[in-house]
This record gives sequence, C-alpha cells and structure tokens, in this order.
Amino acid sequence: MTGFVDRRAAPTAPSAAWKIAADLPDPELPVVTIGDLGILRDVTEDDQGRVHVTITPTYSGCPAMETISDDLVDALTSAGYQHVDVEYVLSPAWTTDWMTEEARAKLAAYGIAPPGPAGPVTGPAGQVTGQVTGPVTVPLAVRCPRCGSPDTRESSRFGSTACKSLWVCRSCREPFDHFKAH
Amino acid sequence: MTTPPSTLFDYVLGLADDALVSAQRMGWWISRAPELEEDVALANIGLDQLGQARALLTYAGAVEGAGRTEDDLAYLRDDREFRNVWLVERPQADFAVTIARLLVLATWQSELYVALASASDPTLAGVAGKAVKEVAYHVDHARLWTLRLGDGTEVSHLRMQQALDAEWPYVEELFAPTAGALVDPGALREGVLGRVEEVVVAATLSVPQVAPAIGGGRRGLHTEHLGHLLAEMQHLHRSHPGAVW
Repeated sequence: MTGFVDRRAAPTAPSAAWKIAADLPDPELPVVTIGDLGILRDVTEDDQGRVHVTITPTYSGCPAMETISDDLVDALTSAGYQHVDVEYVLSPAWTTDWMTEEARAKLAAYGIAPPGPAGPVTGPAGQVTGQVTGPVTVPLAVRCPRCGSPDTRESSRFGSTACKSLWVCRSCREPFDHFKAH
Repeated sequence: MTTPPSTLFDYVLGLADDALVSAQRMGWWISRAPELEEDVALANIGLDQLGQARALLTYAGAVEGAGRTEDDLAYLRDDREFRNVWLVERPQADFAVTIARLLVLATWQSELYVALASASDPTLAGVAGKAVKEVAYHVDHARLWTLRLGDGTEVSHLRMQQALDAEWPYVEELFAPTAGALVDPGALREGVLGRVEEVVVAATLSVPQVAPAIGGGRRGLHTEHLGHLLAEMQHLHRSHPGAVW
C-alpha cells in the first residue's frame, strides 16, 4: 500500500484548545477521535479567550454533527474556556484521505475495515479535479478485520452509517463494516 | 453577484426542495424495502439528500435575508411555496418506479453539482462539491438495479419498463429554463439523457417516447400529491410550534 497523503489541518504547534478538541471521540465510532478522522479543521483562540472551532461533516447528512458540536462545547467549557462557538464548513469537502494511519489501525482493531485511497476528486479549494460522474470506485480487495482474509465480498454499498458499506468475509463468514473511501 | 437575491433565493430553494421532497419519499421505504440491505440503502440515500437539502435551505434563508431558518423553510411553507420538480413529489410505492426516478434524479444532480462546484457562488460551490461524491453512489445504486431488473426475469423487465414509461414525462422539467439559474438547465440535458439512456439500453429496456408533463414546480404549481406529503412531513413541527430537540 502506498502512503496516504496526510492533509489534516493539524497545526505544527497545536494549542491546548486544539488538543482538547482533537481528542474528542467520534460519537458513532468512539474508538477514533474527530482529530483522527479529519473532521476537526481549525481551532482559533482570540486574546479574550474565545474559542472558535471549525468542523466539517463526513457526509452532508451525517447526523453526528450536532452531537459533535455539543460535545466540543462541553469539553472546552469544562476545560475553562468561557466562550466556545462551532462552525460547520463544507469546503474543501472531507475525504477519507485525511484520516490518519493511526485512525485506520484503530478502526481495523475495532472491526471496521479502513478505507483505501479515495483518489483525487476535489482539489484543495474544493474544485472538482477528478472523474466523479462515472461509476463509484469499488476497492479491489478489502481485508476482513477479523481474520485478515482478502477473500471478501461487498453485500451492500450502504451500511449502518452513511460513511460505511457492508461486507462479508468468505473465509470466516463474518459480516463486517467497511469505511468507504470517499 | 449579478443575480438579484430574490431570483437566487428561488433557484436555491428549487434545488433544496428537490432534495428535501425526494428524501421524504425515500424515507417512506424504511421498513418496507424488499430486503434489509435495500432498506438501509434507500434510507442512506434519503439521508444524503436530506443533508444536501439542509445546507441548501440554510443558504436560501441567508440569501433571502428575512431570518428564516432551514426548519422555517422546510416546515412552515405550504405547497404553493415549494419549488421542486414534479419528478420527486409523486408517490413511489413501486420499487421499480423508485429506481427509475432515482436514476434520472441522481444523474441530473450529478451533472448539476459538478457544474455548480465550479460556480461563482462559493456557498453553492461548497455544497455541490460535497454532494457530488454522495450522488455518485446514488447513480450507481440506481444503475445496478436498473440492470438487474431490466435484464432479469420477464416480469422484472416488464415492471422496470413500465416504471420508466411512468417517470419519463417528468424528465423534461429538469431542463426547463429557470430564473436565476447559475447553471443553465438546458445545457445539462444532453449529458444527463446520454448517461441515463446508456443504462436503459444496457438493461435491454427501451427509452420511452412520451410527451412531457406540463410541470410548473419551479413556479409553485404542483400535483395534488405534494400537499399530502407535506401534511405528513410538517405535522409534528406545526403541532408543537417552537419545539426543538
């Protein structure tokens, strides 16, 4: 597997507020944090101590966004920040390529096959740069997170959440979730 | 911005209402689909459309500048204030009809969102750039089912053809000139129909030769079905004004 381009918004010298926000577990996938997933885009703090957090949804209809927003406010206010506001941004569109290697390993250990490379669909400014009107790219081999076999098949392109598809392992016969490359 | 706000408002509202009304129709399938995987698939597709609708409604409210939120626009407008096309508002209790309609709608949205993603309006470009990746899955889902049903048994072939025949009169409305359009609807016609017809032919089905329906959804003229859909969709919100989660 070739290395993924790490395009997270993680700053080189993260602030205390960034670290608190980045460590927040995803409500649907508590094994990974919103920092790991690339959902957290920016955290700024002004000289009055006001914190402004920017997050982006994985999918437009992701129902976890409101919970994430509430959890961010809770986590930061209990850490002593008085004013916290959370902004949603859609552009540039989130991609699984922003997910860290650590997050991929955590997902696999949790029983969710991590995504492969999503490919260049949108550029840094959100402009469409790749072929997006053709058929959906289906990964060639998704490894079973339980037994490690590559002999698996997709049983449904849609799964328990918007970001996952449903697969079955032909070796150990277990069904499992796959985080779709997106 | 060269487009007057009122016209841009109508345009954004049209795209939002297409997605919102379609999402509501998709939701009808939850617990009713022919198999569990399909139940999950149609629910997920509806959820994507709802997410797109929410972003578009929020933007429409901002363009209008009268302080209306996404909820105000979704729940407190009557049918004559909706701007969706007729394609999405009629009942779709037949699975083949659902697939035929999704094939047309998602292919159209796919072409539209690609074009909008590089439009001069940064908000619409952001929403579209996000949605483009989602509707690719919707197109593919509809394509796979059209192939299976069309090139399946005698009965599934017949029912898929009947579904295409039933939906086809409502296709043209997608390409009708629309005030305030940032992407000329007519310019999408060839690309959309080319892609849809390719799937139809590959599924051993015929492209219907039918006269287009009158349409008028973009001007607030609707079939009787929209009112019933809204009664169900808006009932809870209107019964408990101001209630929030």
